[in-house]
Amino acid sequence: MLDDFLFRATLAGLGVALAAAPMGCFVVWRRMAYFGDATAHASILGVAIALALSISVFLGALVMALLMALAVTGLSGRGYAVDTLLGVLAHSALAFGLVAVSFLSGVRIDLMAYLFGDILAVGRTDLAVIWGGAAVVLALLAWRWSALLTATINPDLAHASGIDPRREQLALTLALAVVVAVAIKVVGVLLIAALLIIPAAAARPFARTPEGMAAIAVVVAALSVLSGLQVSLMYDTPTGPSIVCVAALFFAASALGTSLRRRLV
Amino acid sequence: MSLIEVRDLSVRYGGNTVLSHVDMSIDRGEIVTIVGPNGSGKSTLLRALIGAVPIAAGRLTRASGLSIGYVPQKLAIDPTLPMTVARFMSLPRRQAPADVEAALEQAGVPDLSNRQMTNLSGGQFQRVMLARALLSSPDLLLLDEATQGLDQPGSAAFYRQIEEVRARLGCAVLMVSHELHVVMSASDRVICLNGHVCCQGTPEIVASAPEYRALFGSGTQGALALYRHDHNHSHDDGCAHDHGHPQGTESGVVPLHQATRGKVH
Repeated sequence: MLDDFLFRATLAGLGVALAAAPMGCFVVWRRMAYFGDATAHASILGVAIALALSISVFLGALVMALLMALAVTGLSGRGYAVDTLLGVLAHSALAFGLVAVSFLSGVRIDLMAYLFGDILAVGRTDLAVIWGGAAVVLALLAWRWSALLTATINPDLAHASGIDPRREQLALTLALAVVVAVAIKVVGVLLIAALLIIPAAAARPFARTPEGMAAIAVVVAALSVLSGLQVSLMYDTPTGPSIVCVAALFFAASALGTSLRRRLV
Repeated sequence: MSLIEVRDLSVRYGGNTVLSHVDMSIDRGEIVTIVGPNGSGKSTLLRALIGAVPIAAGRLTRASGLSIGYVPQKLAIDPTLPMTVARFMSLPRRQAPADVEAALEQAGVPDLSNRQMTNLSGGQFQRVMLARALLSSPDLLLLDEATQGLDQPGSAAFYRQIEEVRARLGCAVLMVSHELHVVMSASDRVICLNGHVCCQGTPEIVASAPEYRALFGSGTQGALALYRHDHNHSHDDGCAHDHGHPQGTESGVVPLHQATRGKVH
């Protein structure tokens, strides 16, 4: 079955959905949407460096995403508003990445694949990397779940319980970098943030607990991947963007349903 | 041995010294209140005790295995984070549902477990926070203006509950409060803070200290009136300042929280 490109694409998409959805919940709760965007954009520079050095693209993207995340964390609170800082760093990294890619001969055509993903070209190695990365992210989130939640609600509340919120922040940053690195192949750097945020946002009105929201977000993300793949095959549309489009429709339905329910009650 | 002790503690924010040379300690079973004007470092001292702000100088010693229950001054739960009262009570450690119910009932807010935290009134929210802080059977309860937003009967009931909790759990209580009349009646010891410890001791000693009068003089007529008839108490326990009025006899020492109990309740 792994010989079938569609089966591999489905597995790859589900693996990313499984990791990105709960991670995305934290991105939403902690208002890190632009942080996720900046980290994802920076990874294109990592891709360029990896291609130039002929090392694993996954590794290059992971390291660059991590560096970006740490840079933002380190620089915030030093005179610039965080959104200004993210705007500067995210787009600079993207621009430098695009310029760096242009120096590499022969990859100009591939650039689209990194910007918007190339899920239909996922190989066995990619699958192993994606599921390995997803497993690491899920294990990290499960292990730190309670501490992460406490630190997300209030850092002082975490301190009083003997939890160091900075350490939890670091764990989240690490998990985010891994999600970005594994998601490049599936949706590309420009749309990773969408895969993080949209399922979580669509899940919010239906959840009563954080765990419930993460579970619903996983379902929304998985359904988006499955339907997006089908749509892409039927209408010959780019797969990554198609997945995000379906997720966006889920969000629209969720928002519409919530406002209708409010009006009726 | 004290539960927590600071010696010569200084805390700096940016270039400003918020606390300097603070000495204090809390023993098991004590109710200690910190009073002081706005910006006097009351909350900072509490946050230093839980390890949430770095210490610039001095020493902080906690009894080994000290468990702290902390009720912060304000807690805003992000509306994107779904959180039932029951789930909040189980952060960061899972609690048995029966214990959660019992704690909520003791806090005077039964039947709230299934409500969302964001839908609670200010008073309910504070009581849920207190119930959560008590669930872990803390050795030390830290309350940072915990009655903010409560009306007078509400805050009187809140302090009554604190005394009950102390009696039941034997825990120490350290609180920051602006409600001087309640403070004076409910505390074993008062620490008057204004960047440094102005004076500390039993409520009657602090209330008659010139440093305290200089800070609160005009605003505390009601509280001070309680002592003016009663100058026959000892002045040599704990407060190193000269209080500028004659020493009375040793007889007839009445802790204020007993003397005024009838008035407050």
